Amino acid sequence: MISEIAVWLVFFLPLASFVAIAFVIRPFLNGYAVTAGYVSILAIATSLALSVWALGTVAHEHTSVEFAPHRWLTIGTLEISLGVTLDSLTAVMLLVVTSVSLMVQVYSTGYMKGDPGYARYYAYLSLFTASMLGLVLASSLVQLFVFWELVGLCSYLLIGFWYHKPSAAAAAKKAFIVTRIGDFGLLLALLYLFFNQDKFPAGLNALNISDINDAALGVLGSNVVTWIAVGIFAGAVGKSAQFPLHTWLPDAMEGPTPVSALIHAATMVAAGVFLVARFFPLFEASTTAMNAVAVIGGVTAIFAATMGLVQHDIKRVLAYSTVSQLGYMMLALGVGAYGAAIFHLFTHAFFKALLFLGSGSVSHAAGGTFDMRYMGGLRKVMPWTYVTFLVGSLSLAGLFPLAGFWSKDEILAHAWGAEGAVSQVVFWLALVSVFLTAFYMFRALFMTFEGDFKGGAAKDPKADAHGHHGEMHPHESPWPMVAPLVLLGLAAAAVGFIANPITDLGVVPIHWLTTFLSEGAAHETVEFNVGVATISSAIALAGIVLAYTIYGVRRPAISPEAMGRWFRPVHTLFYRKYYFDELYEGVLVRGVFYRGVAQALDWADKSIVDGVVRMVDRLGRNTGRAMGQLQNGQLQGYGLAISVGVLLIFGVYLLFR
Amino acid sequence: MTGHDLYLLSPELSMAGLATILVVLDLFLGRKDLLAWVAVLGLLLPLGFAISLWVGLDRDGTGQMAGLFDTLSVDKFSLFFKFLFIGTTAAVVLTSTDYVKRLGRLQGEYYALILFSATGMMLLASTTELITIYIALELTALPVAALAAFMRDSRSSESGMKFLILSAISSAVLLYGMVWVYGYTGTTNLEEIARRIGDVGLRGDQPFGGYALLLGVVLMIAGFGFKIASVPFQMWAPDVYEGAPTPVTAFLSVASKAAGFAILLRIFYVAFPWEAMSLEWSAIFAILAVASMTLGNLVAIPQRNIKRMLAYSTIAHAGYLLVGLAAATSRASEGNLLGGPTGILFYLGGYAVTNMAAFGAVIAISNKTGSDRIEDFAGMARRAPLLAAVLTLALVSLTGVPPTVGFMVKLNIFGAAVDSGLTWLAIAGALNSVISAYYYVRVVKVMYLSPPAAEERVPSPLPMTVAVTVAMAGVAFFGVYPAPLLDFARTAAATLRIALIF
Repeated sequence: MISEIAVWLVFFLPLASFVAIAFVIRPFLNGYAVTAGYVSILAIATSLALSVWALGTVAHEHTSVEFAPHRWLTIGTLEISLGVTLDSLTAVMLLVVTSVSLMVQVYSTGYMKGDPGYARYYAYLSLFTASMLGLVLASSLVQLFVFWELVGLCSYLLIGFWYHKPSAAAAAKKAFIVTRIGDFGLLLALLYLFFNQDKFPAGLNALNISDINDAALGVLGSNVVTWIAVGIFAGAVGKSAQFPLHTWLPDAMEGPTPVSALIHAATMVAAGVFLVARFFPLFEASTTAMNAVAVIGGVTAIFAATMGLVQHDIKRVLAYSTVSQLGYMMLALGVGAYGAAIFHLFTHAFFKALLFLGSGSVSHAAGGTFDMRYMGGLRKVMPWTYVTFLVGSLSLAGLFPLAGFWSKDEILAHAWGAEGAVSQVVFWLALVSVFLTAFYMFRALFMTFEGDFKGGAAKDPKADAHGHHGEMHPHESPWPMVAPLVLLGLAAAAVGFIANPITDLGVVPIHWLTTFLSEGAAHETVEFNVGVATISSAIALAGIVLAYTIYGVRRPAISPEAMGRWFRPVHTLFYRKYYFDELYEGVLVRGVFYRGVAQALDWADKSIVDGVVRMVDRLGRNTGRAMGQLQNGQLQGYGLAISVGVLLIFGVYLLFR
Repeated sequence: MTGHDLYLLSPELSMAGLATILVVLDLFLGRKDLLAWVAVLGLLLPLGFAISLWVGLDRDGTGQMAGLFDTLSVDKFSLFFKFLFIGTTAAVVLTSTDYVKRLGRLQGEYYALILFSATGMMLLASTTELITIYIALELTALPVAALAAFMRDSRSSESGMKFLILSAISSAVLLYGMVWVYGYTGTTNLEEIARRIGDVGLRGDQPFGGYALLLGVVLMIAGFGFKIASVPFQMWAPDVYEGAPTPVTAFLSVASKAAGFAILLRIFYVAFPWEAMSLEWSAIFAILAVASMTLGNLVAIPQRNIKRMLAYSTIAHAGYLLVGLAAATSRASEGNLLGGPTGILFYLGGYAVTNMAAFGAVIAISNKTGSDRIEDFAGMARRAPLLAAVLTLALVSLTGVPPTVGFMVKLNIFGAAVDSGLTWLAIAGALNSVISAYYYVRVVKVMYLSPPAAEERVPSPLPMTVAVTVAMAGVAFFGVYPAPLLDFARTAAATLRIALIF
């Protein structure tokens, strides 16, 4: 049995680490910035240990552990409380967040070595992790919202970590603003619930997450449920970079690479999927909402994958891959495959963290560039990075028997078996995405590791090579960077089969993870579908083979340039990201907002609002002065005022009553 | 008088004893700076007695213990105020050390007078009988008059003199009001007054159910209105606040005001609880509330002296607090019965920590610069970062902006007004809060954006640092997690319900 204090500590330890670094180490001990990394790693490692304990408890008890919430505020009849939830979903998420964060932080001691902002970096990382853990543990929607916004803030701080780079500052701003659009939906849902406590039966609290889920079936009207679910989903769309709010995630690559790994694997983008999962009973109560989730997820999965096909920047390929994989998770939730979605989130966290850290290692070797056109041939010089990257790619492509295979197949099997036209459509979308995923991932792998080395940062005109001019000599990364790669590589290979095996392993029962996640709910686990698995594997293999014939051999039958020429319109469309940036920034922001709405508001602000303010100001000051005149220091006057005051009250009563 | 009576009076008696000891100690003690620490540590004694009484109430489950021929009642309501007064007194003593050092002599007397006044306040919170109320009130006021004149320069003397004379006038008015009530009911005991008014019956065609009651109640409101510095009985406040030593000003603005609200709540909820009456007096309080907050805030805007500005600010806060008294009309619905009183107690708790933080910072800065003018606070962010931060947080809290306790208490008291159907009053309060931002934020602006007049650092002595840090922690902590203070206030206010059942 785990005590409530221990659960709170999972969140408080990284928070304490943030406080210690930000308010003690950075101002007073900046000469010893390296301690910041150790403090942060110690905190997160302890959190990880506690998370394992928490997971063990929940798994052993076969039920979520309930802690009474602490009353925070009462407004009218509505009570807002703070508390921790520890159910299977939270327990799994805790494990994912703490373990990935630990790997990222260890890796960063090598990657960020010597950076002038080292202590600041670790302060942000700690706060980021603490916010995500707080989000996962939250038992009330208000609490969840606070951490939700904190996660957003931290991602802003970390994406813009190198704030002196204009592109980093712009990317941070974009991430913050675009996700804010989705957050508005979440806020509306929150406000709706806030004002409608009376719609809830006695004993249920409108802001308590489990109470909302309980009330979703039958108690609340179906329209109400749909609107709340859509609002919540809007928040998830922003945070998880789903279509049409996906544009911020690829730009977020401007942050330090370990941060990208954290954002893409465990914090931030996973928060959106987690949010929908957290409110899954609410979503299930509304077919409309479920279909919206499935369709948005399916569209995002294929749409992002196509853009990933043509990127030159290895991190951008991975970024689109994340968007696409998040689409998978959403579509899984949309077709009712709750366990499969979280299973995929679980496996994805490991192989995506691995791939990002691997890309950081590659870039480290190539002198700071991320452009794959200037890489190549790195297989021989960095074997560890190569092997782990290969494992990650195979896992992402979904090849037997790696982790990604099991979770992806689980989703496909669910979509195949689910009822309704929507499920059928998204199944095919997902299946096409499998092909695209395998192709772009191996395109990246071949361009990076095969062939000849093409000069690295020294040749890349865009890279700000840190004095790396002339000949580059790529080398394997130091052990603090390689060790997390190896650990994550092992996880990316094995975690799928061990956590959710398709046969009883003895220690681990059959379908352990999905059963565990669905505990107490009526989501049935789907049997392993050999047919679907075979087809999806064949399709993935086809993608890999195609990538090999184009990018893997020295003299390809079809050269990449020829491909680009043949499919020029499509290629351009993909490369320009379907012109979404242009649509948003050029048309919506500049056209509609700057010229239209903003100008009108500017006029209203300057003339009406400022006018009123100036008037109130003058009125207030003059009245204040006039009344201050009565305060003339004469005692008789003061005594008179008392008498007049008393008489006035009498007068009012006698005359007007 | 029995031993039990002595026990019931133990916080007051130990407080008065401590004051006497300080006067005697002053004669012998060579190191006068120890006096403040003796006073603060000595306060643990009345605190201990008060805690013991609270625990006793919980154990017996009686709700209240009456004593001394039914002239006083020890209940959670009065104990709440005793805790508040003890805490405020400790803070005032700690922030006084620098001031007192400059006095040279009479240091023991200075602390003793504060403690005597606090004794009166503690007694006032417990009394349930008109004559005792009057005695306690005078015990509260007279030491303050002496304290206000303590500096013996012309402004301080003027301040003390004004306070003494106006206090006398308001006492006369109060006594006259009490006479009418006594004449109508034939008793001075609060519960008995309520019972006899009920027996006689309230006349529907006359205000307050009878002209005699109208006279009595309005005159009493005027008398207590002086105490809490409500418009139109507030005129003394700016002059006295400006002239008095600043720690005394802090004491007046926090403890004295709290004492006034304690006895107002007690009298109006115990002696005049009848619906026909409470509708009338809550209307008066609503008018006084709007007048106080509006006048206080508007006149605060042009002030150049920070003590005067804070004087008007406390007038405005008296207005916000009166909203809680106006919110008495919701007695029909059981749940909101005590929304107003709870709001007032909660507000007083939050207001006490906030104002002590503000005054503490002002005292420390003014001691060094020798000026109370707002423009002389320029650049304090660099000269005294801690004090500037404390003052900023306190002013933000006085404005009522989250995440400070000032927001929570305003939210609560305006919420009580809305529950009582006084939405217009809550709106007036919110608008006034906006106005108040104008002059509060100006001080912040001067401290952070104006260039400092000198580069010299402004030090903060240890007792001062302790006091302002604790106060600031309170402002921030209760701003984020108000539940403990709110529960405390709610438990204390629940006592008033006991008196209502008959």
